[in-house]
Amino acid sequence: MEREKVITTDRLTKRFGDFTAVDAISFEVEKGEIFGFLGANGAGKTTAIRMLCGLSIPTDGKATVAGFDVYRQTEQIKRSIGYMSQKFSLYEDLTVRENIRFYAGIYGKSNRFIKDKTERLLLQLHLQEEANKLVKSLPLGWKQKLAFSVAIFHEPEIVFLDEPTGGVDPVTRREFWNMIYEAAEAGITIFVTTHYMDEAEYCNRVSIMVDGRIDALDTPRNLKQQFEASTMDEVFLKLARKATRAGE
Amino acid sequence: MKAAVIAENLVKTYGTKKEVTQALKGVSFEVAPGELFGIIGPDGAGKTSLFRILTTLLLADSGRAEVDGFDVVKNYEDIRHRVGYMPGRFSLYQDLTVEENLEFFATIFNTTIEENHDLIKDIYAHIEPFKNRRAGKLSGGMKQKLALSCALIHRPTVLFLDEPTTGVDAVSRKEFWEMLRMLKSQGITILVSTPYMDEASRCDRVALVQNGAIMSINTPEGITCNYGKALVAVKAENMFRLLKDLKGFSGLVDSYPFGEYHHAVLKPGTTEEALLAYLQQQGHGQPELKTAKPDIEDCFIALMKTTS
Repeated sequence: MEREKVITTDRLTKRFGDFTAVDAISFEVEKGEIFGFLGANGAGKTTAIRMLCGLSIPTDGKATVAGFDVYRQTEQIKRSIGYMSQKFSLYEDLTVRENIRFYAGIYGKSNRFIKDKTERLLLQLHLQEEANKLVKSLPLGWKQKLAFSVAIFHEPEIVFLDEPTGGVDPVTRREFWNMIYEAAEAGITIFVTTHYMDEAEYCNRVSIMVDGRIDALDTPRNLKQQFEASTMDEVFLKLARKATRAGE
Repeated sequence: MKAAVIAENLVKTYGTKKEVTQALKGVSFEVAPGELFGIIGPDGAGKTSLFRILTTLLLADSGRAEVDGFDVVKNYEDIRHRVGYMPGRFSLYQDLTVEENLEFFATIFNTTIEENHDLIKDIYAHIEPFKNRRAGKLSGGMKQKLALSCALIHRPTVLFLDEPTTGVDAVSRKEFWEMLRMLKSQGITILVSTPYMDEASRCDRVALVQNGAIMSINTPEGITCNYGKALVAVKAENMFRLLKDLKGFSGLVDSYPFGEYHHAVLKPGTTEEALLAYLQQQGHGQPELKTAKPDIEDCFIALMKTTS
């Protein structure tokens, strides 16, 4: 059975002047898949993600996200996705409850939906006691877990996670991945970047960008076989060393 | 030989009575001259507060510290001449060129680029072709090399690097650690903090920190040798279900994903055979089990769970 494709790109390209940041990348991501999007600094990951989120219009090529076109239907795309990064996640000066309400409101969810789901979420995250505390008073690990829950609160088709676990302790990092697995099981497609190579192993498939192109894309197991490496770290180093353009 | 850095029971608290954050809860350690010493811990562990106290930019609430034989409070000016500090956030002048930044820092310390060129030449060589470019226009990797050059230009005896590799990709991280090895061979004492556990193995000794306290100080090998529990790496067809089933097995202290495998920490008395039998009973077919050597991350996880 052919699984539903949530992202398709065909020779997707972005040029800034004479610099080709993303150079004709083609790939597909299936519904419920955990897709690792790796690359050295400056390889073009951020530019590619910005196009897929409807924030930057491509120069050339084709792409759809949740069935919508990245040139013409950027507003529909924004409604269908969730986004979280290490740098941008929650408003520190709002309480836990206010943050949930704010984001869900932006995505146009009804008061009834927000109310019911908020209580369930607080219970799940064991945050009932903290519900009315400012987010800035929470430990980093809790913030990250809450930020992820908020990013998928409106039940998007796909969630983009840009280095979601940077700086987090090893226990919380694993709890975070447990939440990712659960979201994927519930049918949410996960598109994730990370600098932790052990996390690349947790993905169903991994792509590695070098100098604007996708140089490798497969399951972690096949990539290790293909590059005769024992870890994803080695695979990454072998590929990224070939890069000729300097970072960023 | 006298220690290059001494910290004794350092305590630092932020905030008012209502909301108090204890950044450092009595931190003590010593670093030998010429040592490459790693402070390993997640965000919020207290790494930056510690570095700011040692570089005389912040006063501790209590406790004392010495750097290169000088007290961080009484002799702060002597320390400032002797240490190099690379903060976690890029702190050079974005609208000065590469060369202007370097000249500026040299001038502040009453020296010249030429005088200390031999110390920085291997690092500076990477960015010298761009010496007329404004620092703000450099890539992340190049900014990092310029910041390191500026921190070294006055030939410090002790170098403090606060999370120099955070957000940096695996290739640049590797290069950076090679540069630190080179600096160490020149006799400079280096304190470096990082949230990446895998970088611990590149240090002579490390302190594992969490919530403002040191959980363990040792050589990387010493830390892993003290693990003291039986660790098994497990792999099966369905890794997500495997993890759930591991959590349900009473013969384990802990279980968690670890790259390609899951790690299972056996309780005393639990055998690998018993674990295998349980997993087969749960319908995992022929799972792969092998005895695993703990690494720093396993130790960090175990320490976190015993200290909390």
